[in-house]
Amino acid sequence: MDEPPALRDREKIRTMTDLTRLTIAEAREKLGAKEITAVELTEAYLSAIDAANGALNAYVTVTPEKARDMAKASDARIAEGKAGALEGIPLGIKDLFGTRDVHTQACSHILDGFKPKYESTVTQNLWNDGAVMLGKLNMDEFAMGSSNETSYYGAVKNPWRANGSNFDLVPGGSSGGSAAAVAAFLCAGATATDTGGSIRQPAAFTGTVGIKPTYGRCSRWGVVAFASSLDQAGPIARDVRDAAILLKSMASVDAKDTTSVDLPVPDYEKAVGQSIKGMKIGIPREYRVDGMPEEIEALWQQGIAWLKEAGAEIVDISLPHTKYALPAYYIVAPAEASSNLARYDGVRYGLRVDGKDIVDMYEKTRAAGFGKEVKRRIMIGTYVLSAGYYDAYYLQAQKVRTLIKRDFELAFDAGVDAILTPATPSSAFGIADEDLASDPVKMYLNDIFTVTVNMAGLPGIAVPAGLDHKGLPLGLQLIGKPFEEETLFKTAHVIEKAAGRFSPQKWW
Amino acid sequence: MSVDLATVKRVAHLARIAVSEEEAQRMMGELNGILGFVEQLGEVDVSGVEPMTSVMPMAMKERDDVVTDGSKADDVVANAPVSDRNFFLVPKVVE
Repeated sequence: MDEPPALRDREKIRTMTDLTRLTIAEAREKLGAKEITAVELTEAYLSAIDAANGALNAYVTVTPEKARDMAKASDARIAEGKAGALEGIPLGIKDLFGTRDVHTQACSHILDGFKPKYESTVTQNLWNDGAVMLGKLNMDEFAMGSSNETSYYGAVKNPWRANGSNFDLVPGGSSGGSAAAVAAFLCAGATATDTGGSIRQPAAFTGTVGIKPTYGRCSRWGVVAFASSLDQAGPIARDVRDAAILLKSMASVDAKDTTSVDLPVPDYEKAVGQSIKGMKIGIPREYRVDGMPEEIEALWQQGIAWLKEAGAEIVDISLPHTKYALPAYYIVAPAEASSNLARYDGVRYGLRVDGKDIVDMYEKTRAAGFGKEVKRRIMIGTYVLSAGYYDAYYLQAQKVRTLIKRDFELAFDAGVDAILTPATPSSAFGIADEDLASDPVKMYLNDIFTVTVNMAGLPGIAVPAGLDHKGLPLGLQLIGKPFEEETLFKTAHVIEKAAGRFSPQKWW
Repeated sequence: MSVDLATVKRVAHLARIAVSEEEAQRMMGELNGILGFVEQLGEVDVSGVEPMTSVMPMAMKERDDVVTDGSKADDVVANAPVSDRNFFLVPKVVE
């Protein structure tokens, strides 16, 4: 055969390494060196999704034609020397992000058939940098959940299973589809959102890296709203460097979001690999909760040891209002949700169920369109905001929130650069766990270590740090000062280097 | 504080969610579980503490009061369950 040598080399590379195993940084290099094409990379992911999604249910919609068109355009731009920061990188998008003419339902039945005529700022930023969209990812309905089981499209299966077990586990939530897709190599990286832990908890459950940036760092424009004072977008990625690359593209200053903060976006990737020598890491004593498994404590101590070895100074700190963060969250978040979700009335978009008059139509539409957990939270929110209860609940919770934020400010004022905590109180649990299903509060306790960060608006990153005795991933969380995501990336990288990276055994 | 069945039904109506008798019963238990959990906030001394209004201290952004968007009637009604000549159709409101 008279095949040109370049083509033969390419064939060799393709068979030698599965392209979906490349990190974003590795793929970027190979695309730039023209060892692979964006079309090849995209095709590799589309076939992987095709083969795996039936088992994992990570995607609710796959957009192969759009992906191929975008990849072709990327190859053309690479050939012209006009490649963007994410040129040709195939990504999965959480169903909460508005994507023009593509399924956007927050995994709820009430947004039945909704395809927006606009693009969210975060996804537009990604496309502007050359990224390729593979499809929309499963999630808890309206991002309300910690197991991805409240999705109208059914549960997502965690690609991780306990050693020697074929029992299906949850990937965490609400960004369960994002975390599962990244862990199972069904996208190079994914967008996610975090209102109480929805990026960090699923990242910890799947051995991936997830960062919730400072409130105001990523625009909320075009993202379906849950609790507006808490919602923040961020990436889930295979490693710390990839998370830094993705966040740089996702973040921006946006005139369309009044809470978008007017600060330039730094080059986060530059922080990866920097020394943490002399940094002061705070260890909050209140995060040692009753009934926490021994393994989580051991993991935490291991994390402390790694950071110490890398030259950081470890100091004990106190965040006395920690235990009130979760109850305050379960007033503030439902209150904001009940107000935000009032717009789903069967008139302007989505589902409509006819009734005998307009109020009957509203009530029937919302009864049929919202799932149990969403209804529960709308009800709580409506109750705590109703006449006579506002001061006792909502106002009290917002005052407690001030105290939670003050705890962190005092620690940072005393010289602490970042805070190390466990990411979750356990490893991934089973799908349809009866204990958790029968008691909503028990499910809410999953966010005990992450929710304080949302209440205070701070950045937090979850990084894989080890496996438990069942062989399931566990993560550590680092909490930083406002807009000091770079500190989190460099510190998380130290943990990643020490702990190594973790991938599930393929069973799907 | 706890809610009774009548309160659950009243809140459901305020929230415009139709509930059956059975659902209202179940919700009553769940809501009381959550309200019991948040009750502990009452023990926090918040005297002299301002309620949080913004996580990041910043001045409200202003923009010029000019039209920057519009003439998209087709886009606006594109997802409506029922529409007619760029109007949303709803059941009769005024007799």
